[in-house]
Amino acid sequence: MTNNKTDLVRIEDIAFKRGERSVFANLSLLIPRGKVTAILGSSGAGKTTILNLIGGRIAPEAGHVYVDNQDVHQLSTNGLYALRKRMGMLFQSGALLTDLNVFDNVAFPVREHTRLPESLIRHLVLLKLELVGLRGARGLMPSELSGGMARRVALARAIVLDPMMVMYDEPFAGLDPISMGVIVKLIRELNDVLSMTSVIVTHDVHEACSIADYVYLVGNGKVIAEGDAETMLNADTAEVKQFMSGLPDGPVPFHYPAKDLSDDFMKAKL
Amino acid sequence: MLNRKVMEFWVGMFVVVALLSLVFLAFKVGNLGTSDVGKSYQIKAVFGNIGQLKPKAPVKQSGVLIGRVTAITLNGDYKAEVHIEINENFKIPVDSKLSIRTAGLLGSQYIAVHTGVIDDFLVNGDVVDEANTQSAMVLEDLIGRFFVNKADEASK
Amino acid sequence: MTRYISLVGRKAIGTVERSGRAGLFLYDVLAGCMPLMRRPGLVVQQLYMIGVLSFIIIVVSGLFVGMVLGFQGYNILRDYGTESALGLMAAKTLTRELGPVVAALLFTGRACSALTAEIGLMKATEQLASMEMMAVNPFMRVLAPRFLAGFIAMPLLAGLFTAVGIFGAHLIGVELLGVDVGVFWNQMQSGTDFYDDILNGFIKSVVFGVVVTWIALFEGYEAVPTSAGVSQATTRTVVYASLAILGLDFIMTALMFGEI
Repeated sequence: MTNNKTDLVRIEDIAFKRGERSVFANLSLLIPRGKVTAILGSSGAGKTTILNLIGGRIAPEAGHVYVDNQDVHQLSTNGLYALRKRMGMLFQSGALLTDLNVFDNVAFPVREHTRLPESLIRHLVLLKLELVGLRGARGLMPSELSGGMARRVALARAIVLDPMMVMYDEPFAGLDPISMGVIVKLIRELNDVLSMTSVIVTHDVHEACSIADYVYLVGNGKVIAEGDAETMLNADTAEVKQFMSGLPDGPVPFHYPAKDLSDDFMKAKL
Repeated sequence: MLNRKVMEFWVGMFVVVALLSLVFLAFKVGNLGTSDVGKSYQIKAVFGNIGQLKPKAPVKQSGVLIGRVTAITLNGDYKAEVHIEINENFKIPVDSKLSIRTAGLLGSQYIAVHTGVIDDFLVNGDVVDEANTQSAMVLEDLIGRFFVNKADEASK
Repeated sequence: MTRYISLVGRKAIGTVERSGRAGLFLYDVLAGCMPLMRRPGLVVQQLYMIGVLSFIIIVVSGLFVGMVLGFQGYNILRDYGTESALGLMAAKTLTRELGPVVAALLFTGRACSALTAEIGLMKATEQLASMEMMAVNPFMRVLAPRFLAGFIAMPLLAGLFTAVGIFGAHLIGVELLGVDVGVFWNQMQSGTDFYDDILNGFIKSVVFGVVVTWIALFEGYEAVPTSAGVSQATTRTVVYASLAILGLDFIMTALMFGEI
């Protein structure tokens, strides 16, 4: 697992604080090249923060993040931007530019970063839209799209420059079953067809496990468990079991930390 | 979004119209064109009292604008020294007299040139001394003189 | 008691910190303006949104303000028998004060509030973050074009307002109330100075344009990414920008015309 050739992203002993609250302490992750890796964790466990660290949008207090053997947080602005051109990211909301239509949204990175002629851009964009099945929707505005369609357009935009890696932030959240199925299928297929590396950050255990090659479970600022999807689903540890099967109470308590019940109710001063 | 050509057209219209209004302000309202006397020569004139004369006040010869006041200072004899620029197309005979007049009853003040007869003209750097200038009319002085005259007539 | 003192302290620290962030923000925006030289299309697009769409309100308001000046000026000046100075009075008040100030206030309401809401929503919907991840600098792509457009549009709008206002005063003074047209314009031209009046008014409007657009963009960029946050940011933009206009106008008037 430590061979640099096979791991596209290496996160080593990262510590990160948000205000006074520690989000990660000594977190280490490896994301293998060409595979679909899922990072699972409950809401607020800092999963999106991991993606922001990989993308260099925020810097850790300690530790290093290597992407394609480059230390993300030691790069110059230009180096970081060059690296980001080779990464795609799918935001939870899609984050389409609301004043551009579908076609222009997908064409946006191409127009910003290349000086390709318009005819070539057209080919490129329609090709990617075809991959996500929305070639016919090219003229629509983002406000006219359903949540699932918006996410597919955003996906087309994320892969339009043929990146080496795509990061998905909660790709399954808030979708109807059909759209969800489409996205699940797309992530796996695009990964294999375009030979990319995919990182999925999510709390939807079953969708993630159905397509992921390798799964990390993150909580309390560290990796709780890791393994391939099969192992994780059948794991015996209480923490893993609670999360994977969605039990309401377990090592992660149902109650938010509070004062003693009787103290709170009986001795309340009004 | 709006068609690119249409948008560019309106932006162009907007900028042109707005610039025109700025040009209008500069030249029609701010008088930028005429405040520039053009190629000129400088003279000075000494006055006993300049009244309300201000820099940039017009200098007129027979009612025609020939120059402007550029600055007003006090000379060694505590007299007002008015710096004037005159367009080089206009010539002022050396025996001309300069007086400060008021445009209308309450209007702004200007310098009127009463053309002399000598065939020799003022050149750059010349000074018109107080003998050849007439100070501004000060209303209080006028009224005072009027009463003095009346009193003189009454005493005769 | 100590609670109130520490409250004052907290507010003060917050204000200083915020001004520091606003300064850094302006630096980033200005840095983003440089690469825009190669992409004037982005600025043109924002000039349309900011300038052209403010055109109507500026022209209509300018006309009405000018006409009111015509009526009031005539009534006041007639008492002293100097209605011939109506053109001069209208031109001086419009070029020095009303043009830059009222145009900037209208600009704040019409364009700046929209700027804040737009930037705030772009932030709330992760559009700015997604641009960053696409290796597109949002300061260059989103904020700098809007800043430049505000900087260019504001003096133009102020000039337009002033010119239309003078026309409005002419309409009432000359056409309706019968001030002689020659006297109206002659008095105006001999009394109005290019440097004292027009240029100083122009400088004011440039300063207003920079400050007001800066406030609008900064508030949008700093907005809490919720609907309540964006609406608060929009309100703050209008309040802060209006106060900044009036405060700066006082300071600039004192510097330009105060003869201190």
